[in-house]
Amino acid sequence: MTGGPVARFRYLTDNEKVLGSVFLFPAIAYIVLLVAIPFALAIAFSLANVTVGNTTLSFAGLENFRRILKTPEFRQSLQNTFFFTIVSQAITLVLANALALILSAEFRGKWLARLLIMLPWATPISLGTVGWLWLLDSKFSPIDWVLRYAHLLGSPDAILGIQKNLYYLGNVDLARASIVLVYVWRMLPLSAVILMAGLTAISQDLLDQADVDGAGFWRTLFQIKLPLILPIMAVASLFTLVFTVGDMAVVYVLTRGGPVYYTQILPTWAFIKGIEAGALGEGAATALFLFPVLLAVVFVVLRASQRTEVT
Amino acid sequence: MAFVELQGLRKHFGTVKAVDGVDLSVTEGELLVILGPSGCGKTTLMRMIAGLERPSAGDVAIGGRAVTDLPPRARSIAMVFQSYALYPHMTVFNNIAFPLRAKGGMSKEELHSKVEWAASILGIQRLLDRKPRQLSGGERQRVALSRALAKEPKLLLLDEPLSNLDAKLRASARDELQRFQRNLGITTIFVTHDQVEALGMGDRIVVMSNGKVMQVGTPRAVYHESATTFVATFLGSPGMNLVEHDDYLLGFRPEQFVPKAAAEHVSQTASFQFKVTRVEYLGADQLAYGVIASSVEDAAVVAKLSSEARVEVRQGEIYEFVVQSSQLRFFDKQTGNRIEPRPMSALSR
Repeated sequence: MTGGPVARFRYLTDNEKVLGSVFLFPAIAYIVLLVAIPFALAIAFSLANVTVGNTTLSFAGLENFRRILKTPEFRQSLQNTFFFTIVSQAITLVLANALALILSAEFRGKWLARLLIMLPWATPISLGTVGWLWLLDSKFSPIDWVLRYAHLLGSPDAILGIQKNLYYLGNVDLARASIVLVYVWRMLPLSAVILMAGLTAISQDLLDQADVDGAGFWRTLFQIKLPLILPIMAVASLFTLVFTVGDMAVVYVLTRGGPVYYTQILPTWAFIKGIEAGALGEGAATALFLFPVLLAVVFVVLRASQRTEVT
Repeated sequence: MAFVELQGLRKHFGTVKAVDGVDLSVTEGELLVILGPSGCGKTTLMRMIAGLERPSAGDVAIGGRAVTDLPPRARSIAMVFQSYALYPHMTVFNNIAFPLRAKGGMSKEELHSKVEWAASILGIQRLLDRKPRQLSGGERQRVALSRALAKEPKLLLLDEPLSNLDAKLRASARDELQRFQRNLGITTIFVTHDQVEALGMGDRIVVMSNGKVMQVGTPRAVYHESATTFVATFLGSPGMNLVEHDDYLLGFRPEQFVPKAAAEHVSQTASFQFKVTRVEYLGADQLAYGVIASSVEDAAVVAKLSSEARVEVRQGEIYEFVVQSSQLRFFDKQTGNRIEPRPMSALSR
């Protein structure tokens, strides 16, 4: 017989079972340590009377959920979460499609353009948001400065009013618009690049055929291109959706939920309530509140994108 | 009257001359086949006729109207791609209706009857509710043809529409395609690299090589009176034998190169000592590979014999083979162009 210990060791890496376990281990460790355990802990916290000061788990049922639902801050946060997510999602999708169409066309300097478009995605969220904080500053906002320079602001006959600044983050409507703007700025690159990949994957024959069949730009876009990238669009919006619903950096850095609590969202409110105010149980309940909804959304989107034709 | 007129058509991609000066007229109602090996520029030529490719130089006219600068949708053409390019997310009905809707100005009833009509020509009415992925290769091809016909184009362009079908289906598709083209009388340009399709279906054949037209003519003309050595060797399977002789090339088709015994009744023949090196049995035919001596050097030639031939050929033996003088073709050594027949006496040694 051939073999022996040396040969067995030499062919160890050819054994799928051994190699598979070795490669899978880091991923499993990562998921268990950084996703599963905190998640289970959060569920446990949300169902217990637990604070930063007293971390013994005494079961409290749905008391935390009942309590948070009564507060106006929570209800406003829930409403804002939906509002910011849906509005920024819609704007992102439209802009990302336009951008993807532009970027998938042939032009000079295309690679540079693609690189620049990707930059917002490559910067850390908090860092990018700090940049926006300056742009939207109540006194030194460069946007206000440009508006004043263009005589749209700060003079008696200016369209935007006589005051020197617009106080973007101090006015409820402007603050909400600013947050949506930063979300869109942040998600647009990823969406556009995913959609661009989808557009590039459409066979040239199909587009030529549409051309010969007499379809113009809009008909080709709405009846050929968009239906064909629909599954990819679903995946792109899933990514951005999960990002918007789960992100707290943008709101926390820009407004901390203010003015008052009118721009508060669930993640920031969970953090403020659970960590800063020490009510761990209520914080966990706030953070987990949307989980069943998100799970359902993810399920529906993935099922739908799987069913769509991609021949 | 010429229905499609191409003048000095060129297409250069960088330094590559995909189409290098093509003049061509297509008669109304005819089925013209553009035949050539891969990369000869035949598809690029067709795409320029369709308007999908902008010529580097030259003009395209369809139906007496200059269309060189017009987009495809302004050319009253339809095209079937090699891949059929069916819209995967649409039903067969919507695929066929797509060009009609794009054209617009049609009532719902009219649209329905047009789609039904186009589907009935190819017998696919029962498939109208299906999606392309639920169709077989042959069915997809019919849907693509129906879609092309639906808007009743003046010119039908077919880019290797049969090459995705399996061999058996291809024969029946050839027959069907030719019959429906005749019935509708629609001017058709058909691009293929398959000479069987070209010879079997074309009213006329355009043989292309390296972006240039080598010969235009009826299937019989291009096969029997090939204008250049390229056409002579590209057509036929195997292609024409070419033997260097004195200062010219002597050509004869493998099926016309026969044992002397099989050509006893023919008076005027050229005779060769044929040394058989290999015999290939192909069912109905057999191919005998070997060499003959010429005045310049020994030349490799092929003879195509019926498997039922009375004369048996065996590997390693030398036989006397003949070609009817009228079937000998003569080509210029340098240009490869056909030349006048040379005197017979020079041939036999």
